[in-house]
Amino acid sequence: MITYPQQRTCPYHPSPGYGELRDGTPLRKVQLVNGQEAWVVSGHEQARALLADPRVSADRTNTGFPMIVPAGVAAIQTAPNRPFLVRDDPEHNRFRRMLISEFTVRRLRQLRPEIDRIVHDRIDAMLAAGPPADLVTAFSLPVPSLVICRMLGVPYADHEFFEKATSGILRGRTPQESTKAGADLLEYLTALAADPPPGLIARLKRERVGTGQMSLDELAFTALLLLGAGHETTASMITLSVIALLEHPEQLAAFRTGHDAVPASVEELLRYLTIVESILRVAVGDIEIAGEVIKAGEGIVIATGVVNRAEDAFDEPDRFDLGRSAVHHVAFGYGVHQCLGQNLARTELQVALPALFDRVPGLRLAAPVGELELRPIMTIQGVNALPVTW
Amino acid sequence: MHVEGDRDVCVGAGMCVLTAPDVFDQDDDGIVKVLHEQPDAGEEDVVRQAATLCPSGAVKLLS
Ligand code: SF4
Repeated sequence: MITYPQQRTCPYHPSPGYGELRDGTPLRKVQLVNGQEAWVVSGHEQARALLADPRVSADRTNTGFPMIVPAGVAAIQTAPNRPFLVRDDPEHNRFRRMLISEFTVRRLRQLRPEIDRIVHDRIDAMLAAGPPADLVTAFSLPVPSLVICRMLGVPYADHEFFEKATSGILRGRTPQESTKAGADLLEYLTALAADPPPGLIARLKRERVGTGQMSLDELAFTALLLLGAGHETTASMITLSVIALLEHPEQLAAFRTGHDAVPASVEELLRYLTIVESILRVAVGDIEIAGEVIKAGEGIVIATGVVNRAEDAFDEPDRFDLGRSAVHHVAFGYGVHQCLGQNLARTELQVALPALFDRVPGLRLAAPVGELELRPIMTIQGVNALPVTW
Repeated sequence: MHVEGDRDVCVGAGMCVLTAPDVFDQDDDGIVKVLHEQPDAGEEDVVRQAATLCPSGAVKLLS
């Protein structure tokens, strides 16, 4: 029996240790790294069915929940006022509905010129300072950080603090360090929410806290989720997209010329790179699926990294092919919890990647891919730094 | 083909709008709004795809 999850050895491929998970069996019981047993789901159809099943819970406080997350994440996700992401309906829905107007396709279209300006400013700054550069600190991280700060009304002047705290929660060297980073970030956001600058936090405070629909503490937890998820994930996607494109010159050539095809290319990047490799759930009722019975109280891990490479869902799944239609990937999950910020992430990627390759045509890696330091498997996948030159 | 958007179960992910922008929109609250309930024959394929991609089962096809 294999253990799950296993460390990647290449920044953009699932671990070679997952061979057994890819034999066509859609789900199986596996030993998790924390010693717990859980169902690991690798079939595309079954992953979607389970993620949409009301007998499958996202609430981390349920018995049997497969908590393969860093300590700081666990502390936030089991707190009494934990964010809606880790609650079930109807509570989850009540909170989500307070936020979706901010992330609609139309709203993102309005925000696009601002994102475009932010992207070009960062490229200007990177060109002025280099070559060489670390793409993570010069571009991948500041772009989504600036965008989410603007949306939420978090002062970007504080970016070093909140980026470091987020990184500490996910990648603290000890459980104590991870938990402390989470507490620090929550304290910062609680103070900010007391007197928020214009933005979503201020609007929620006025319209939801003011009317008794949300407590101030719940607002701070919501802000923490949006701020963290709003910058770490997209930053990783930008960095890994650049690596994958530079490593596949024929795909990069097609990407450069086919500006109409950028949205479809971004879907393939989301599928191929799958930076969130596992979606964690627990059964709260018995579920019959694919000839097995998942019993109430048993953990479920949707192995999105493997699901997005399923043969029956994607033709030659290990081939990086910007020309394919990959829209049915589960990189943003599926079901009622599907990523709230997905259209923000799409817009940022659709703007940032073509602009970067247009304006820095000679962009290339300044270190071999094999020498890049990969992030630990239990958190958002990516690299800690990406030396580039041009 | 007849299309409905179930406003009670919609989670505002916007997959329908991205997939078939002539048939679906999101209102000011981010909830699905069907622009025309009887899509043209030429739109049926994208509408079917939107129904498959909708994460919450809010896009319903009746034919
Ligand atoms: S795809 Fe489904 S959940 Fe998303 S906005 Fe459209 S109807 Fe609502």
